[in-house]
Amino acid sequence: MTSTTAVNDLVKSEYEHGFTTEIASDTFPPGLDETVVRAISQRKGEPEFMTAWRLKAYRHWLTMTEPNWAAIDYPKIDFQAISYFSAPKRPEDAPKSLDEIDPILLETYQKLGIPLEEQKVLAGIAVDAVFDSVSVATTFRKSLAEVGVIFCSISEAVHDYPDLIQKYLGSVVPYTDNFYAGLNAAVFSDGTFVYVPKGVRCPMELSTYFRINARNTGQFERTLIVAEAGAYVSYLEGCTAPQRDENQLHAAVVELIVLDDAEVKYSTVQNWYPGDAQGKGGIYNFVTKRGDCRGARAKISWTQVETGSAITWKYPSCLLRGEGSVGEFYSVAVTKGRQQADTGTKMIHIGKNTRSTIVSKGISAGEGQQTYRGLVRIGQRAEGARNHTQCDSLLIGDRCTANTVPYIEVRTPTANMEHEATTSKISDDQLFYCRSRGLTEEDAVSMIVNGFCKEVFNELPMEFAVEAQKLLSISLEGAVG
Amino acid sequence: MLVVNGLRATVGEKEILQGLNLTVNPGEIHAIMGPNGSGKSTLAHVLSGRDGYTVTGGSATFAGQDLLALEPEQRAHLGLFLAFQYPVELPGVNNTYFLKAALNSIRKARGEAELDAVSFLRFIKEKLKILHLDESLLKRAVNAGFSGGEKKRNEIFQMALLEPKLAILDETDSGLDIDALRVVADGVNALRSPERSMIVVTHYQRLLDYIQPDFVHVLAKGQIIRSGGKELALELETTGYGWIDAEGLAA
Repeated sequence: MTSTTAVNDLVKSEYEHGFTTEIASDTFPPGLDETVVRAISQRKGEPEFMTAWRLKAYRHWLTMTEPNWAAIDYPKIDFQAISYFSAPKRPEDAPKSLDEIDPILLETYQKLGIPLEEQKVLAGIAVDAVFDSVSVATTFRKSLAEVGVIFCSISEAVHDYPDLIQKYLGSVVPYTDNFYAGLNAAVFSDGTFVYVPKGVRCPMELSTYFRINARNTGQFERTLIVAEAGAYVSYLEGCTAPQRDENQLHAAVVELIVLDDAEVKYSTVQNWYPGDAQGKGGIYNFVTKRGDCRGARAKISWTQVETGSAITWKYPSCLLRGEGSVGEFYSVAVTKGRQQADTGTKMIHIGKNTRSTIVSKGISAGEGQQTYRGLVRIGQRAEGARNHTQCDSLLIGDRCTANTVPYIEVRTPTANMEHEATTSKISDDQLFYCRSRGLTEEDAVSMIVNGFCKEVFNELPMEFAVEAQKLLSISLEGAVG
Repeated sequence: MLVVNGLRATVGEKEILQGLNLTVNPGEIHAIMGPNGSGKSTLAHVLSGRDGYTVTGGSATFAGQDLLALEPEQRAHLGLFLAFQYPVELPGVNNTYFLKAALNSIRKARGEAELDAVSFLRFIKEKLKILHLDESLLKRAVNAGFSGGEKKRNEIFQMALLEPKLAILDETDSGLDIDALRVVADGVNALRSPERSMIVVTHYQRLLDYIQPDFVHVLAKGQIIRSGGKELALELETTGYGWIDAEGLAA
């Protein structure tokens, strides 16, 4: 087999999780104006403060323009052609247990290999599954409540914990932050709220499966996690999506607030539909994720494995305000076919002796395009701040690209910065070497790629690491020769 | 074990192997010598299934199978091993992990049970001892940042683990100083057995001071033009390869 045909084979492997679920959706007609924003708020039965906030966000959004600095290329999005609300048929009687859940929905999860009941029993994970826009299953709530951890949909939190929502929502990513964050604030459908009280170590990994389903419906998730002083929580976010023809817009916002000595570990495995071989129909993923280390010695760790989406625009960031606070970013991003990703992180050092670590591994195959874009800013008062950045790119085949764009701003002479970057290629020689030792070509690719990503996978919780390795092997099946 | 008959192979337009014959029986060590460009490495690559060569004629049978019809990994499963002239680096891939995956894929293909981590570690440490290699080798990434000598030793180590029926050593002596050469040769000698055959491809007689071959062949212009015992190597040492042009293929 020549290397070119082998590369093509691997790159051409079809999206495994492509199917759609037929559930009667209660969907708004396409279009966005103040009436729609009000209607969303009303449909969700929100208190006045939320409606007012959404409207302010919407009015501000109208004054904003789409960012165009990222190295991604896509047809202009018609925001009036998108429907901004879609909920499974019976939003009023939200199910209390799995028995009440639409069997078609359960079947969908099973096709994805994430049966809720098994996960509950085997992995001990509390799952807040988001299907379209309304949460339809929340488990393990009780045992979490016993230690005072709140884990619920953000719609519920708006009703049940309005004080916490008013205090924290939008406090890390204000609606003025960027175009997509503004849009999200105006129309966000649902999402997850986690509150870990002072000194509490959350007894289990928290997990939410996001899924985009209804046709032509943008999904605007909003996640808010608050860790009070001395608290700890590990949150896992994973998603796959059904195969679709139209482009689907996704503009999520994630906010983390971490106080003194608290730690939040946020892990993502993202496998949204990347589009077909021509790049048609994939998800557009414009995400704003930011964590705020407000307290001394607070710690935020972002770990992401990004294999899906046609377009990825995503920079999980840390505001390191508290003295001695720590930010980490571990990322594996895969682009193949016609996927484009412009992703990275921002580490904003504000407090003294703050530390940050960035490890970014980019894998590009087929005609994939990838840019690492990272900012490390060390402010005037961030004496003794330290950053270590490592950006490695692995190219498979000769039609893909990888770029590294590090921005570094240092305003204190006592800061310590390290930046390393490498670019390498899986060569025919490496593959032949492995094969001459008895390994198949696919095993060889998987081994080389997993070796390349090892530092990041080590950061993932065990069950996620296994899933991520599998996902990586599946997504690169047939990619090399 | 290996029967090569009238093998012809081209790279691009150029015919490198021009009707090569070679028979290797179990337990035998064959040295293949010859000047640069005579086709020594091509022979090693064609037998192990590397891309970039087109076989235009002849046959190669190994363990009763048509070797040339098999993928490289299938040849490895049958018990063929190539020690590379230039071993390839695999950054981030742990040596132990790599060897375990390789060994288990070979065992699996042969219908044998795969070794678990514990028995593999026991097995691997045994082999280290036989070859007098340091355990630190196990923790490093495959060949990454290895010196030339370390890479060649790692090749011999892999050969010891994979226990091939036929090992082809492609210019294993190139780039080695005399001490490294001795270490590698000792390793090879430790792996000699009545069931294991080896083809030692080399440019210099020097290696054959340490690895005593049963047969020596002179490869020139894509054919084996002379065969003999180990004394042939010594003769080449004094005469060099100059006579080949003079005598031509008639010799």
